[in-house]
Amino acid sequence: MSGATGAGATAARVTELPMAKALNAGLRAAMAADDRVLLMGEDIGPLGGVFRITEGLQAEFGARRVLDTPLAESGIVGTAIGLAMRGFRPVCEIQFDGFIFPGFDQITSQLAKLTARHEGTLTLPIVIRVPYGGHIGAVEHHQESPEAYFAHTPGLRLVSPSTPNDAYWMIQEAIRSNDPVMFFEPKSRYWPKGTVDFDAPAAPLHASRVARAGTDVTLLGHGAMVSVLLQAADVAESEGTSAEVIDLRSLSPIDYQPILDSVHKTGRLVVASEAPGFVSIPSEIAATVTEKAFYSLEAPVLRVTGFDAPFPPARLESTYLPDVDRVLDAVDRALVY
Amino acid sequence: MSDDVPALQLLAPDGTFRARGASEEFVPYIEALDDEMLRAFYRDMSLTRAFDIEATNLQRQGEMALWVPSHGQEAAQVGSARAARPQDHLFPSYREHAAAMVRGVDPVDIIRMLRGLTHGGWNPAAHGNFHIYTLVIGSHALHATGYAMGILFDNELRATPARKSTGTKSSTKAVNASDDNEAVIAYFGDGATSQGDVAEAFVFAASYRTPQVFFVQNNHWAISVPVSVQSRTPLYLRGTGYGIPSVQIDGNDVLVSYAVSTKALTAARSGEGPQLIEALTYRMGAHTTSDDPTKYRSHEEHESWAKRDPITRYEKWLRSRGADDAFFAEIAAEAGDLAADIRRRTLALQDPVSDTIFDHVYSEPHPVMSEQKQWLTEYSESFGDAS
Repeated sequence: MSGATGAGATAARVTELPMAKALNAGLRAAMAADDRVLLMGEDIGPLGGVFRITEGLQAEFGARRVLDTPLAESGIVGTAIGLAMRGFRPVCEIQFDGFIFPGFDQITSQLAKLTARHEGTLTLPIVIRVPYGGHIGAVEHHQESPEAYFAHTPGLRLVSPSTPNDAYWMIQEAIRSNDPVMFFEPKSRYWPKGTVDFDAPAAPLHASRVARAGTDVTLLGHGAMVSVLLQAADVAESEGTSAEVIDLRSLSPIDYQPILDSVHKTGRLVVASEAPGFVSIPSEIAATVTEKAFYSLEAPVLRVTGFDAPFPPARLESTYLPDVDRVLDAVDRALVY
Repeated sequence: MSDDVPALQLLAPDGTFRARGASEEFVPYIEALDDEMLRAFYRDMSLTRAFDIEATNLQRQGEMALWVPSHGQEAAQVGSARAARPQDHLFPSYREHAAAMVRGVDPVDIIRMLRGLTHGGWNPAAHGNFHIYTLVIGSHALHATGYAMGILFDNELRATPARKSTGTKSSTKAVNASDDNEAVIAYFGDGATSQGDVAEAFVFAASYRTPQVFFVQNNHWAISVPVSVQSRTPLYLRGTGYGIPSVQIDGNDVLVSYAVSTKALTAARSGEGPQLIEALTYRMGAHTTSDDPTKYRSHEEHESWAKRDPITRYEKWLRSRGADDAFFAEIAAEAGDLAADIRRRTLALQDPVSDTIFDHVYSEPHPVMSEQKQWLTEYSESFGDAS
């Protein structure tokens, strides 16, 4: 474990950072710990990426460790596969969620399957960072939540941090994984600050986490959704309802035990995500929890998601995206049973 | 398309050696070869032909879902694969049986994939750095390019002080000992040149000046679609457009394939960046055993290429240099033995166990794989021995 180098030897071991800076520190720590770690993507060099996540890293590690690639997502992922075959550990930045699809074939047909195709004689330690989700008022293709496409693909691991501390630790754990990891960064959470503990032992990469304890209903989500759920829990508390909030953290595999433990206690589960709900991660969780905790449920598992329509023009995003009120509406419906 | 005259050729279809014009510079590459190597080219091509015919027969007899014939393309593959050095990495498409055998792949491992026993078949690191087949057209061109980028970066890293590393690679090779430097060959066909991944591979290779050779086997047909649908210009001009030095050769001439590949690989491993070779050849058989070439191409075209057969012309040339009946009889006997051995071992292949479904999907423990593997075991056992 060498991630603590990000804070510097004499700096405070606990500090307030926005997620963007925490990711930058995590990447720096991973690159310092292992010179096989390469960053590759569009505009990630002198510019530091469109969200500045890689700011200063090319200056520090050089143009062969932080590659400004040609503008071609399939090319980025496909050459990362070749670099990993060579023994490198590439970390690819996809500039925006909606631009991942030109690389979809390399991710799903090649990256996800090559270890099995090689019968285990090849590992592909590649991380694909994807800034995802809405709430930033951007144009089309810049606000999407494509996680479910990749969660449906065996051979990939998917994680998504909701806090700066998780972002700092999880990016390093993802880079250390010998399997491909899709790393979904909630871009609307890049800027709010949170406490980063450079000494804290990292939670396992694929563990879900109780973010707030409660007894009446369980609220579950990942990434930017977690802060909405925590706000909803505050409001619910003022109205006399005790909500437990679980931060999923890992979308594939899903760590079900904390979820089931919570449902055994509360009997009610609301699962939220920004993505359309049809064939979604909330749908999958609803089905599994129904199978595994049927006799503990006091109400159907309810989903609060984006509508089953394309992400709308930004002036409508607050209507499209699940907010505190829609979560509370689902809580009310769950409590009726 | 059958009348096109390739720019570079050393061995005419009638078996005469005649280097003219731009081809003259490649004569010394052949003069440097001894008889043993020249005869090895013939052996490689003949054994592959025998393997291919036997595998086609096995498919027709129901022993494989599919076979991908290599008949007609042996010279392009043998020349280029023989030009590669042991440290080089070769990324094939799925018809490169001759190159595979040159690099030490067991032909039965190719059959295992097409028989439905595995999606791969061999470990490249233990088989001449010959990578496994890729069935999605052109995808592997990017893997080859990424690998070549890695070679380049490693060469540069070796020239600078080492930092902490997981130590997955180490080498004491000198950066400038160009014979020892590594290079990459990416094999694909005329159809693949229409794929975006191949275009992106050209872009990345040219941008980073990777040590690699794009070896395009233009066999004139992408299943039923002629090359004229893929491109209105000769394919090697595509490479030129990306800033990649590119040439066109007679792909049925093993000598020119060897000589031009050697030159291109030397340039690549010496820091001159990527190179492209378009080898004009012809797929004498079907695309796979699932299609019928008589539905989409003419008998006359097929016959015109039969007259340009790579093995026949090379045998004539070897005979002109003194190879006798005994040599050819020896190779024919070896080819017959190989075919019989392949048949015997194919029929003895065992089906994979069901654990294969779950093992190696991930390289590290994964709860879903464990749970579903366990479930399948218990489900299977629930039927008892009587099942």
